[in-house]
Amino acid sequence: MIDELLTIFLDGAIYASWLFIVALGLTFVFGVLKILNIAHGGIYALGAYSTATLVPIFYSLGVPEQFVILTMLISALAVAIVITPIMERGILRRFYGQDEVLIVLVTYAIYLVLEDVQKLIWGMNSLYVSEPRELLGALEFGSLYYVGYDLALIGLAIFCGLFLWLVLNKTKSGKIVLAVIHNPEISGCMGVNINKVYLAAFFVGAFLAALAGSFTAPLISVQVGISVAVVIESFAVVIIGGLGSIPGAVIGALIIGMARAACVHKLPEAEIFIMYLCMAGMLIFRPKGLFQGTQARKI
Amino acid sequence: MSPKLINNIFFQSIFLMSLLIVVGIFIPNWLVFVITKAIAYGLVGLGIITLMRGGLVSFGQGFVFGIGGYTAGLLGTQAGLTDAILLLFISFIFTGFVGLIIAPLLARYRDIFFAMLSLAFSMVLYGILIKIDAIGGSDGFVLPESTYFGIKPSPEYADYMLYVVSIIMTGIVSIIIKYYYDSTPGLIALAVRENELRVEYLGSSAFNVAVLNFTIAAGLGGMGGALNGIALGHIDPEFTYWTTSGEFVFISILAGYLSVPAVFLAALLLELVRSFSGRYFPDTWQLILGVFLILSIIFIPSGIGSFFKKFFDKFKNK
Repeated sequence: MIDELLTIFLDGAIYASWLFIVALGLTFVFGVLKILNIAHGGIYALGAYSTATLVPIFYSLGVPEQFVILTMLISALAVAIVITPIMERGILRRFYGQDEVLIVLVTYAIYLVLEDVQKLIWGMNSLYVSEPRELLGALEFGSLYYVGYDLALIGLAIFCGLFLWLVLNKTKSGKIVLAVIHNPEISGCMGVNINKVYLAAFFVGAFLAALAGSFTAPLISVQVGISVAVVIESFAVVIIGGLGSIPGAVIGALIIGMARAACVHKLPEAEIFIMYLCMAGMLIFRPKGLFQGTQARKI
Repeated sequence: MSPKLINNIFFQSIFLMSLLIVVGIFIPNWLVFVITKAIAYGLVGLGIITLMRGGLVSFGQGFVFGIGGYTAGLLGTQAGLTDAILLLFISFIFTGFVGLIIAPLLARYRDIFFAMLSLAFSMVLYGILIKIDAIGGSDGFVLPESTYFGIKPSPEYADYMLYVVSIIMTGIVSIIIKYYYDSTPGLIALAVRENELRVEYLGSSAFNVAVLNFTIAAGLGGMGGALNGIALGHIDPEFTYWTTSGEFVFISILAGYLSVPAVFLAALLLELVRSFSGRYFPDTWQLILGVFLILSIIFIPSGIGSFFKKFFDKFKNK
């Protein structure tokens, strides 16, 4: 009984931390740019693919094994560096200030393009990079064995969330971003380069998506279609927590992660369904999510 | 021709319908099929446009599309009802009814929240459908061949028969919708789009407008889903998936909310782009679709309906 609860808890926490990293980028981009980015899932997949490509190259170089983590970071960074100017400067910039739903559709179009870009670059075959997963060995909890790498993901998620929160709330550049979130026009008048802030925020969001992808790559087979599910799952998280809220993303990821882990062990039929149910339930009872403030209606 | 006649909806619709029916005899079978599918998608798009007139966009029309499709499919396999006209009609009514039930939940929300909640509904349905093995789970099931007034057309005319039926039924629905758009509640929707709060101060209910529009959109989506299912002869949970819903939103954005026929043209464009790129670039059709989508949003932001409106307004001014 205790074992089962512990399993559910740990599985849920691992799943939640993965989900949190994806959702963190999504919610941050929405907070700053007011864009609900469907293509976020596409960037996630690109991160996974680039890791699956770079890590085997890394191993063929014969560098000490520990540096593989660095390679994964670099591959995520590379994806963000390539994708940000194209998406934000090239396409999304044209639609700022327009209807939110229209921009969702634009990011859906970008998502479609990214789907095929993956196929064109990496083909239809599955890629496997399970080596980094063996790096941290296994841990024992009573009668349970957990892979160290999986548990390290929890640490990574906590680090990402805390880091972003601290930067936003404790540094000058963070305060500038908060000012832009609050009111882009006034901050522009005060001398803030809004375009720069938008670019930076989008970069952070893209990097987080790619990071989640590249650290998930060792756990899964990287193949066509891995981005489809991510989109809705991370949507569910940010909807539950409230769009644009970091604490909200934590709670959202935990709710979905735990609910899903509980379902996998207790009620496997409902595994996929539970997530959507959480999202729909939250929207019905608290449509703006757990952590969204009230907004004044404009006449 | 007098401008008055050109601006008469009945004249326009009957002209267009008979033209399409005659043209259908001469065009190849695959194009007949593509147009039928476009009509199915266009019906759902018409529903979203009805919502758009009130300032709402549903990102989950896959929900009603799926319900309509499964209604037609289950009536066909379980109840042995194969008459296409009846199936379309029943799906329209039934899905509209389902829409009426969930509309009060949705109608409280605006903008992105409306879009997301509708998306959540469609995904809940998707989650349920892939788990019910009795109706095929994620594989779906095959629909029986449809009949028309008790007669089963020979295979080579089956597509054309459905094409004719869908054109006539869609034509009738479009005329009714057009009348609705010009009626008092239809025009209030436009006012809600402009400024909801003022409409409320003037004594109309934006909530009721949203409920009515969602119900209509649901009915239209259900009919589209039934038509799509009958045309394909197969139905699966993919009908309710969010990517399908995305296509419907695309159709309605491409068409704009200013014109009814534009939505069918937009749906046809989407189907043509899809089938051509699917045929010639099977690995990159999504890429082509995505680029087409971005370009059309950049260059025709108010939709192809704006061209239609300009064209007919010319006659009005004379």
